[in-house]
Amino acid sequence: MKIVVCIKQVPDTKGGVKFNPDGTLDRSAMLAIMNPDDKAGLEAALRLKDQYGAEVTVITMGLPKAEDVLREALAMGADKGILVTDRVLGGADTWATSQTLAGAIRNLDYDLIITGRQAIDGDTAQVGPQLSEHLNIPVISYAQKIEIDGDSVIVERQYDDRYHVLKAKMPCLITALAELNEPRYMTPGGIFDAYDAEITVWGRANLVDTLDSNLGLKGSPTQIAKASDKVRKGAGEKVSLDPTESVDYIMDKLLTKHVI
Amino acid sequence: MVNEMNLEEYKGVFVFAQQVDNELSSIALELVGKGKDLAKDLGTEVTAVLIGSGVKDLCTELAEYGADRIILVDDPELKEYRTEPYAHALAEVIKTYKPEIMLIGATAIGRDLGPRVSARIHTGLTADCTQLDIGDFPINPIPGKEQKHNQLLMTRPAFGGNTIATIACPEFRPQMATVRPGVMQKAPRVEGAQAVIEEFNPGFVPDHKYVEILKIVKAVSDVEDIMDAKILVSGGRGVGSPENFKLLEDLAAAIGGTVSCSRAVVDAGWKPKALQVGQTGKTVRPHVYFAIGISGAIQHLAGMEESDIIIAINKDETAPIFDVADYGVVGDLNKIVPVLTEKIKEARANK
Repeated sequence: MKIVVCIKQVPDTKGGVKFNPDGTLDRSAMLAIMNPDDKAGLEAALRLKDQYGAEVTVITMGLPKAEDVLREALAMGADKGILVTDRVLGGADTWATSQTLAGAIRNLDYDLIITGRQAIDGDTAQVGPQLSEHLNIPVISYAQKIEIDGDSVIVERQYDDRYHVLKAKMPCLITALAELNEPRYMTPGGIFDAYDAEITVWGRANLVDTLDSNLGLKGSPTQIAKASDKVRKGAGEKVSLDPTESVDYIMDKLLTKHVI
Repeated sequence: MVNEMNLEEYKGVFVFAQQVDNELSSIALELVGKGKDLAKDLGTEVTAVLIGSGVKDLCTELAEYGADRIILVDDPELKEYRTEPYAHALAEVIKTYKPEIMLIGATAIGRDLGPRVSARIHTGLTADCTQLDIGDFPINPIPGKEQKHNQLLMTRPAFGGNTIATIACPEFRPQMATVRPGVMQKAPRVEGAQAVIEEFNPGFVPDHKYVEILKIVKAVSDVEDIMDAKILVSGGRGVGSPENFKLLEDLAAAIGGTVSCSRAVVDAGWKPKALQVGQTGKTVRPHVYFAIGISGAIQHLAGMEESDIIIAINKDETAPIFDVADYGVVGDLNKIVPVLTEKIKEARANK
């Protein structure tokens, strides 16, 4: 079985984000990590490899330094890493990103493609389903459990108040939730090997059946009209009182605001 | 950009009227409400696209909440949500009727359906919008560049709620957005209001993209929908233990509220995901939001800061929750909450 896992290098937004004086995001001041949902997708692929035997290829689109997340994936147990990088791919929205990944993946044999549900920088959850559409294969989003049954996958697909157990013929694309599993750590041997491993680097010329008009900023149907810091509602009052006075303070507010 | 679309052909505001088990989801009516506002600004109508099996009865509710027209795609293949038949239905509606705007709820269904459809018809899609306006793009005129009018300006949080971006889709139609549930307001219900109903069936021929549903497992829980609550008593890691949530449950019972929580509490396994407020949970805007033992990570604030009155109780006076709280109390929740509960009971008994 051949599995392709799409991963993305993202700024770690947990500790808040930093901005340059011109208002753009200061990515250099923030830790760059493998996107958590993608890591869960990679872990799911590695478990299928452990259980059924599989070749796991990780692919990322990004700046040359995105190579770091490919090496991390190799150190976890992935077999091959592909970096898709080219200046003409910059500024892509989800349409152009999914077109780029589709163009790259058309070079590969695959039974299963796994992506994370969403990346913590954009939070869109769009690239996985869009990629599946461009490749004309079924998609199962929000996977919380994945099993193989002959030439099909059986997946638990999460919804708000239920889950569906779905069966799809491979090839198929699955988007993984971070809750799917607890990703393994890199092994020391794995880190050592990953450091030396060959990373395949592809550019625009390697994309199959892809129009220039669908790539990068120019190929992106959505355009940013405005980006700004979130303007937060200002702080109101803050008091430090003993417990009884604190209760009286809250009661006073609840009564004057007619909550009770 | 190579684009053969004749943008002028695209007219009207369409909303996807999500239903589950033949009941309209709240987001369907929220989108009809918002769609109506946008349609008014554009001098056009709002059309609900209702997709399912045996769902015609739901047209009445859509009409009473403001839909001018309903396109009904009713077919046995559409009984349960599955990506392919729903994507086929919606994509064919768009190709046939050519709306200028297509809104979809940013739910576990809409966030799968939206991208699949946008990729099929080649247009832009903006995810998880929290604000929609009609305006100019570029917002301010730029010499040498055409400023387009009557564009859909789609505003959404990004980078985990740290920034806000406004996105436009000037060259492609429809302008598509998924919209966060709980953010837009329903229009008041008008009993007896009528809508034009058009039945449309593009035909459904199962192929390799149709997945099979082997089993449906519904969560057995009687948890209230925190998005409907007028008062939320929300707890964070600072509550200390699952048992200690009793203090919050008592307070909620006394004041007529519902208990919700932060992500940390769900991650710790203290409360179910359905009660989680925040970027990866639910967006709520109750009349009163008690944040108790919640530090206020930016992802949490993104889900509750539109509440009318925010009351925070936290030991740590530097907790970011105090930056959005109307009334912040620095102190020990274990000492404050039980007494507050008793006082509220007394006050209510004396009324």
